[in-house]
Amino acid sequence: MINFEFIVNTLSLGSLYAMLALGLVIIYGILRLVNFAYGELVMIGGYTLYLLTGFTPLPWVAIALFAVLVSMFTSLGTELVAFRPVREKSLTAMLITSFAVSTLLQNGALLIISPRARAVRLPQIFSESVRIAGADVPWRNILTIVVSLVMLGLLSLLLRRTTLGIALRAAADNFRMTRMLGVPANTVISTAFAISGIMAGVVSIFWIGRSASVTPTIGLPPLLVAFVATVIGGMRSLVGAVVGGYVYAIIISLLGVFLPQTLLDFREAFMFGIVILILLFRPEGLIRSKTSVERIG
Amino acid sequence: MLVLKEVHARYGAITALRGVSIEVKEGELVALLGVNGAGKSTLLGTIAGILRPWQGSIHFQNQAIVGKTPEQITRLGIALVPEGRDIFPSLTTEENLRLGAFTRKDRSEYRRDLEEMFSLFPVLGERRGQLGGTLSGGEQQQLAIARALMSHPKLLMLDEPSLGLAPALVDQIFELVARLHRSGVTILLVEQNVDRSLAIVDRAYLLNTGSIEMSGTPAVLRTHADIEGIYMGDRRRNLSAER
Repeated sequence: MINFEFIVNTLSLGSLYAMLALGLVIIYGILRLVNFAYGELVMIGGYTLYLLTGFTPLPWVAIALFAVLVSMFTSLGTELVAFRPVREKSLTAMLITSFAVSTLLQNGALLIISPRARAVRLPQIFSESVRIAGADVPWRNILTIVVSLVMLGLLSLLLRRTTLGIALRAAADNFRMTRMLGVPANTVISTAFAISGIMAGVVSIFWIGRSASVTPTIGLPPLLVAFVATVIGGMRSLVGAVVGGYVYAIIISLLGVFLPQTLLDFREAFMFGIVILILLFRPEGLIRSKTSVERIG
Repeated sequence: MLVLKEVHARYGAITALRGVSIEVKEGELVALLGVNGAGKSTLLGTIAGILRPWQGSIHFQNQAIVGKTPEQITRLGIALVPEGRDIFPSLTTEENLRLGAFTRKDRSEYRRDLEEMFSLFPVLGERRGQLGGTLSGGEQQQLAIARALMSHPKLLMLDEPSLGLAPALVDQIFELVARLHRSGVTILLVEQNVDRSLAIVDRAYLLNTGSIEMSGTPAVLRTHADIEGIYMGDRRRNLSAER
């Protein structure tokens, strides 16, 4: 049962989850905010795909890129309009704000589009498979892996090679000191939200690519996946987010294979049981951050 | 260059500064002395824009800076090396320095400054690829000072640079401060080490429970017979008050 196909599919799922987790943790690292409106960015990306594939003749690649952009600008917009005004107040205010943003975006989709699921027309390649080493591997999964590797590579390049990227990592270590070196707080935070939005947008393509439909509440599962993956991997580390994403996918795939048919419905319960076990032994997650410095401000 | 007039500041419910007036002239090395809890770090934080005074004015090069953000104040040319250094532990030595030069845009100048820092602090050159969190206390202090210098500050504020360092390193740090001063950097130095500070500064202020108790040249402060007495007495008083 654990054959080549299984490995590719698990890697594909893990890549998707890793991107999801990264988008959540990049904001958490700097603001200590778990952005509960994060899943709605995936939803916005999904509706962009639905609208553009249904009502415009644009090629699919252009539509996909556009969905990523819309998700990114939505993320930037929520930061500017909702989070920035309460940022200085308290972390609790930001957390509540993220719930409000999440609800608002969901209700927006309900009102403007429909509470019912909308079918998204996918390109041919999403339903085709290729035969590799005697196994049928969906192109969609290969694409997911390739795209996520490119995204991880680009993000890593940004964070290691550019001054802004180094400032982002510094802000996760100690935001106040970063500001005292002249790095504008707004620039750092906007960049983090932009990256978060891009990740959610890319994920939305492949997330919708699995179900071929979009609903106003589609954002919740990706949010949960991202949150659990970051908890497994370690909330303070970007590497941890990636590791957490892959570990999550591996556990859930293995459960799918090894659980008896009658228990398969309880896969999530087993999943969370294992997560609790991991946290009992590694309360900080699998990857511990190098710093134990408390952030102030 | 830097003029504070009647600055009052609160740290939570505690009044940390009660009408502090100090001045630092261009090219000067001025020390701010006092025991733990006297308000020294609060004063530096207030100048750097981390704390907002609720009364009083702060002018830097004839420009009012109260109400500006820390990043704006840094851009005006004030660099703070905070107590505890605040090195970025997950960044390499070189990345720490690169962020120090964030306000400077010229890339070739950055390269030259970097090499200059490595010749000023040879140990940092040896550790350029190493993560900040893995450096020793003395190395971190040197990195914190070098990082601040990378911005070519007009005013360098050092908060207890000798704290927690081995005696030999303390010597090095004081020598370095004196050398920076000779090279023309304006410095506001916060210290608990009275003797060592008075040996290198132009002038000093003695801060006690939030107000300036005494000020003047090292000679003036030294001839004041009970400076050590006040200092030690207050230290005991403050320590018991902290409990």
